[in-house]
Amino acid sequence: MFDALSNKLSGVFDGLRRRGALNETDVMEALREVRLALLDADVALPVVKDFINKVRERAVGIEVLDSVSPGQQVVKIVNDVMIEALGGAGAVALNLNAVAPIPILMVGLQGSGKTTTSGKLGLRLSQRLRKKVLLASLDVQRPAAQLQLQQLAERAGVASLPIVPGETPLQIARRAMDTGRREVFDIVVLDTAGRLSINQELMDEVRDIRAATNPAEVLLVVDAMTGQDAVNTAKAFNDAVGVTGIVLTRMDGDARGGAALSMRAVTGAPIKLTGSGEKLDALEDFHPERVAGRILGMGDVVGLVEKAAETLDQEEAEKLAKRMARGQFDLEDYAAQLRQITKMGSISSIIGMLPGAGKIQQQLEQAGGANIDKTMLGRQAAIIGSMTRKERKTPDIIKASRKKRIAAGSGTSVQEVNKLLKQFDDMSAMMKRMNKLGQKGLMRHGLSALMPKGMMGGGGRPFR
Amino acid sequence: MALGFLSRLKQGLSRSTAKISESIGAVFTRRKLDDAALSDLEDLLVAADLGTAVAARIIGEFRRTRFGSEVTDDEVKQALAGEIAKILAPVAIPLALDRGKKPHVVLMVGVNGTGKTTTIGKLAQQYREQGIRAVLAAGDTFRAAAVEQLQVWGDRTGAPVIFGPPNTDSAGLAFDALARAQEQGADVLLIDTAGRLHNKAALMDELQKIIRVIKKKDETAPHSVLLVLDATTGQNALNQVDVFREMVNVTGLVVTKLDGSARGGIVVALAEEFGLPVHFVGVGEQAGDLRPFDPGEFARGLVGA
Ligand SMILES: Nc1nc2c(ncn2[C@@H]2O[C@H](COP(=O)(O)OP(=O)(O)OP(=O)(O)O)[C@@H](O)[C@H]2O)c(=O)[nH]1
Ligand SMILES: [Mg+2]
Repeated sequence: MFDALSNKLSGVFDGLRRRGALNETDVMEALREVRLALLDADVALPVVKDFINKVRERAVGIEVLDSVSPGQQVVKIVNDVMIEALGGAGAVALNLNAVAPIPILMVGLQGSGKTTTSGKLGLRLSQRLRKKVLLASLDVQRPAAQLQLQQLAERAGVASLPIVPGETPLQIARRAMDTGRREVFDIVVLDTAGRLSINQELMDEVRDIRAATNPAEVLLVVDAMTGQDAVNTAKAFNDAVGVTGIVLTRMDGDARGGAALSMRAVTGAPIKLTGSGEKLDALEDFHPERVAGRILGMGDVVGLVEKAAETLDQEEAEKLAKRMARGQFDLEDYAAQLRQITKMGSISSIIGMLPGAGKIQQQLEQAGGANIDKTMLGRQAAIIGSMTRKERKTPDIIKASRKKRIAAGSGTSVQEVNKLLKQFDDMSAMMKRMNKLGQKGLMRHGLSALMPKGMMGGGGRPFR
Repeated sequence: MALGFLSRLKQGLSRSTAKISESIGAVFTRRKLDDAALSDLEDLLVAADLGTAVAARIIGEFRRTRFGSEVTDDEVKQALAGEIAKILAPVAIPLALDRGKKPHVVLMVGVNGTGKTTTIGKLAQQYREQGIRAVLAAGDTFRAAAVEQLQVWGDRTGAPVIFGPPNTDSAGLAFDALARAQEQGADVLLIDTAGRLHNKAALMDELQKIIRVIKKKDETAPHSVLLVLDATTGQNALNQVDVFREMVNVTGLVVTKLDGSARGGIVVALAEEFGLPVHFVGVGEQAGDLRPFDPGEFARGLVGA
């Protein structure tokens, strides 16, 4: 786990192994690396400072254990503090403890994803909780914003408040609540116009709306790509309307998402949901323990293991993930992968949990991962099955005569053997590059840096 | 009118930087430029989204030339702004329309919600004021009510909007729009596209397809590919520019929402890393809220000088 930071920290702690307890100087040096990692992940500076202090308090004086390196011990502390700072393990549900119709107020900057999230909420609440949901757009500012929410409501199969031109946002809010009472809705989602935290007039407006509707949840919708400004925005919205929950959008991007930590620290409100795509069902619970690794630049290792554990036994999944990370990936692993592929999804779904991986994942899928049918998997498994152990460990030795033998043995063609070897080559080349680049390079260039040229731009059908 | 615009821009920019300038003021009034002072200064740059590497480099330069000197608040700000303006000056390049093209084709791209559609509306407004005939193409055929949003901008600015029925293929729509703009002898065609995350290969392919298809009508098109960036974005903007540039050959940047509290310091890092022209900055939601990028003003705004 946590390779990139571990490596750096073990460098810092080289030679400290036998000293007994970590002292302040040792720890400070390690924390410089942590500080940089957090800032590169867009955690806001004041929040970084608090975080570092917490880690220092906990790390100084700690006994160096024999079994793990001091670097790993600090990484463990960093990870623990991160999870705590993000709200502790597990997801926090929406608060729906109120008299129906329950108002949910959506607020945030322009373009943060409020309207899309409102549509997603409509779908989720109506489908999962069987609630009768009314969506109402109070956005009279952005052209066609009300129409956008109306169309999303239609797609989600929930009601939307009829559009009446010329009303103020406050009037719309009141009408929404009246309609909610009269037509016996369970929940009314109030989507507001995007506003800048420094726009006093508009902040007053949303305060009035809050006062008039008394929402059970005031959800601050924040783009996961947000930088240092997250603290200003969080503070202003929290001061004005009292944020009760945060929704982090665009988590399907490759941003490290440090804004999550900033927002949580400033508002004290839990991050409740994350948006992970443009489709209406792409709304998920927030799991601090998963996002911690992402912020620290270490991928969603927990998610990776968990996903694997759903279908595989833990041990095998960890072994595979470890071998991938080390770039030791041979045809035996590939065969094991093939055997599990129908249960576990393609290898791309594992890669998809690493930072910046969405792109490579889709390219892998286009390159065959998603579309191969089971008979083809069976044929590939047969090909590998016809190889000697030596051939599986060192595929380089498979030349023309061996290929013929393997093809004959597996009832396939030399062409198919070649294709399999090529696929394996591409995959292992990618994994080698993954190691060489290290986490830093990966974060910077994204996983695209790993892709063999031939696998780029497969011209597949766009999908969302 | 021009004065009104200027003061609005200044207001927007200076608001966004009031905080940082206060802090610099507090930190540096008659203070010796020692390690602690330099470190505080570096923090201020980091807090403005310049990124740790760029902030360290700029402060390194300061250390080399000024370490130990007694400096006033104002000197520090001016010098810092000077450093930053030096980095930004080469990328402050206005968008030049090729008037030989009928039309000059501008493709607007970027991640979701950065301000692509609004920027097209603002550009249409500017071109109208300059007597340049603009046509708008509703190439976002995906997002709910994206077409209607652009149509409102068309109404506001008097620019014709070419659009298709729901779920039209965006490349086909762009092709048709170019044909229509050519027939009408338009000066510029502004093509809106759906917001897309740069790490979604299929969606980036779709953008490439739009370009391939409009080249069938005019092989020199698109003449400009503008990537719209939100000033509140942090370090991820580097990834955005990197990927969009590689995939669709971005020719210039537009930085929006500089009227907010975000300082847009990532622009400095982008200038260092990619050197792409910054054509415009967005400072509000209205048609008039688009300004040329002025590096001196931006840099002074950033540090509050
Ligand atoms: N304050 C401020 N708001 C802006 C600026 N530019 C755009 N906006 C607002 O940002 C929001 C998103 O703008 P759009 O133009 O719809 O963004 P887009 O990139 O077209 O969005 P999608 O098509 O959904 O990806 C709207 O509410 C705009 O009014 C700006 O410079 N300042
Ligand atoms: Mg748009």
